[in-house]
Amino acid sequence: MFKKPYFPVLVTVGLFVLAFAVGSVRYTGFFSTQVLLNLLIDNAFLLIVAVGMTFVILSGGIDLSVGSVVALTTMMSAALVEQADWPPYIVIPLVLLAGTAFGSMMGAIIHFFRIQPFIVTLAGMFLARGLCYVISIDTITITDPFYRKMALSKIRFPDGSFISISVVIALIVVLLAVYMAHYTRFGRNTYAIGGNEQSAILMGLPVGRTKIMIYAFSGFCSALGGVVFTFYMLSGYGLHAVGLELDAIAAVVIGGTLLTGGVGYVAGTFVGVMIQGVIQTIITFEGTLSSWWTKIVIGILLFAFIILQRIFNVSLSKGRAL
Amino acid sequence: MWKRITGYHLFWPLVALAALLLFNLVYNPGFFAIRIQSGHLYGSLIDILNYGSPLMLVAIGMTLVIATGGIDLSVGSLVAISGAIACLTISRAADQNSLGVVITAIALALGLSLLLGLWNGMLVAGAGIQPIVATLILMVAGRGIAQLITSGQIITINSSTYKYIGAGWLLMLPFSVFIVAAVWIVTALIMRRTALGLFMESVGSNPTASRLAGIRSRAVIVTAYMFCGLCAGIAGLLISSNVSSADGNNAGLWLELDAILAVVIGGTALTGGRFRLSGTIIGALIIQTMTTTIYTIGVPPEVNLVVKAIVVFAVCLIQSERFRARLTRRRKPRPVAADQEVVRHV
Repeated sequence: MFKKPYFPVLVTVGLFVLAFAVGSVRYTGFFSTQVLLNLLIDNAFLLIVAVGMTFVILSGGIDLSVGSVVALTTMMSAALVEQADWPPYIVIPLVLLAGTAFGSMMGAIIHFFRIQPFIVTLAGMFLARGLCYVISIDTITITDPFYRKMALSKIRFPDGSFISISVVIALIVVLLAVYMAHYTRFGRNTYAIGGNEQSAILMGLPVGRTKIMIYAFSGFCSALGGVVFTFYMLSGYGLHAVGLELDAIAAVVIGGTLLTGGVGYVAGTFVGVMIQGVIQTIITFEGTLSSWWTKIVIGILLFAFIILQRIFNVSLSKGRAL
Repeated sequence: MWKRITGYHLFWPLVALAALLLFNLVYNPGFFAIRIQSGHLYGSLIDILNYGSPLMLVAIGMTLVIATGGIDLSVGSLVAISGAIACLTISRAADQNSLGVVITAIALALGLSLLLGLWNGMLVAGAGIQPIVATLILMVAGRGIAQLITSGQIITINSSTYKYIGAGWLLMLPFSVFIVAAVWIVTALIMRRTALGLFMESVGSNPTASRLAGIRSRAVIVTAYMFCGLCAGIAGLLISSNVSSADGNNAGLWLELDAILAVVIGGTALTGGRFRLSGTIIGALIIQTMTTTIYTIGVPPEVNLVVKAIVVFAVCLIQSERFRARLTRRRKPRPVAADQEVVRHV
């Protein structure tokens, strides 16, 4: 139970419970199923994006393009549905395909030309953000009945609380990702590459193919996150989801995944996203605290968890000798 | 002879800059026109120098950090913090124009920037955290701190003394150009006339070996991050003084990416171990010229991002040894799997 790799995740879970308990004691109306479910409703897109990011970081890479891909997806969906009058059942698979293709393209460049993931996905971030503005500079509002239905319909529980359809999508993605990470060859290969790429090559693992697939999966998750974000905002806009990549990375790190790769859990990322949600909710409930405190608190949490990781890293002797 | 010219490290960046300027000349023959108006020089070229100065400053600092094998993502936030603290100090003063107030504001802003640079450096060199992650903390929290300082609003000030830094003129040229020139020359002198530059390159190529050779790797790395913080702080002063206001949300947004791009275009490898200050300046000028060009030809400025993305891809591909090998020798036998090098991620 207290084996080393689990420890950061346990700390994260403890922190989440603590934050929720503090909120419940301090504010009336905080301790309710609906507040808990709202965390999921408001962060469904972040959850999906962070799941993709978890695989990338597990493999020792990083994907800075996720926020821009989300924005591009909202923009493409809005333009195709509203301006070109395409039906949603064609548009949604199309944008998912586009996101996956975008991710695999970056993965291929990273693998074949040995360029650092950081700089390739940085360029991808510029490209996707710029393509948004090529489509349109202004917001495109979505009035399509299907999108409205997805946005507004609620799945009710017996006690009156509800979730949105996006939450169901996000939870399916999380479960699927847990399965992929721990019970498939792809997942094992991802851990192996993150642990030591050289060894993975020597072991004869398909490093190149796996790497490209990892970035393709992250692209797919970003596009799916974008679809969910479109349901949430009911518009396409080039400035949607600015800085989402940082939130996603923060969620993964707070969830206990080592940034050097090889160690971490998708379930941890789930809790990481929830912690960010709780912080935002507490700040909303407090009323007097302004939104920028969210950034500062997340920064402090990031710092604490990275230091925690560092301590474990030293004991795992994976660190860079200085 | 041709080989010697193309082999010169600034050749390709200079060609790119020349091509951009030439394009502008063809598109708009008046591009190079510089007129004198009320004792100041005006023209597109002067604008490029003036508006490009914050980027050049940040890129100079970034060059040294990248030379040590690191990266600093927090410069954009530092720009916002520095501008915010300076404007806050001035706005609180009774006489906003008094020289003492402005000097206090500048000292506070630069002191804080140095301190935050020290924080980054300590995380990287002291705690041994990867640079991209260590500076990510301040990148996220820094925007929050800047907004905390400005209380989420835009602080406007009315100080002609402070305005001189970013919008003043000296010897017919914008004053900011002189600041950049001074920082550049001082940095180049310290880096190339003392052993410090060599130490940075040595630490960048192999920190452990450098330490064993007697170089204090940690001190060198901390110095680089502090210097980068200082440069970002000065850039923050320039930006906030140019518009006489501090915006914690938008000041310096995306500047870190432009700065990294400028450094890479200038021929400094992201893997560290080698740096080119003059290349960085040219890189920053290329980016600023690109922005100006896009404005003048009437394309929506947001498309700029697409152009930048293509430039980043192109420059990275050219820097990638794999790609060059593929271009020159197509039919080389595949290397044995075990021989393949593994690139360390930043």
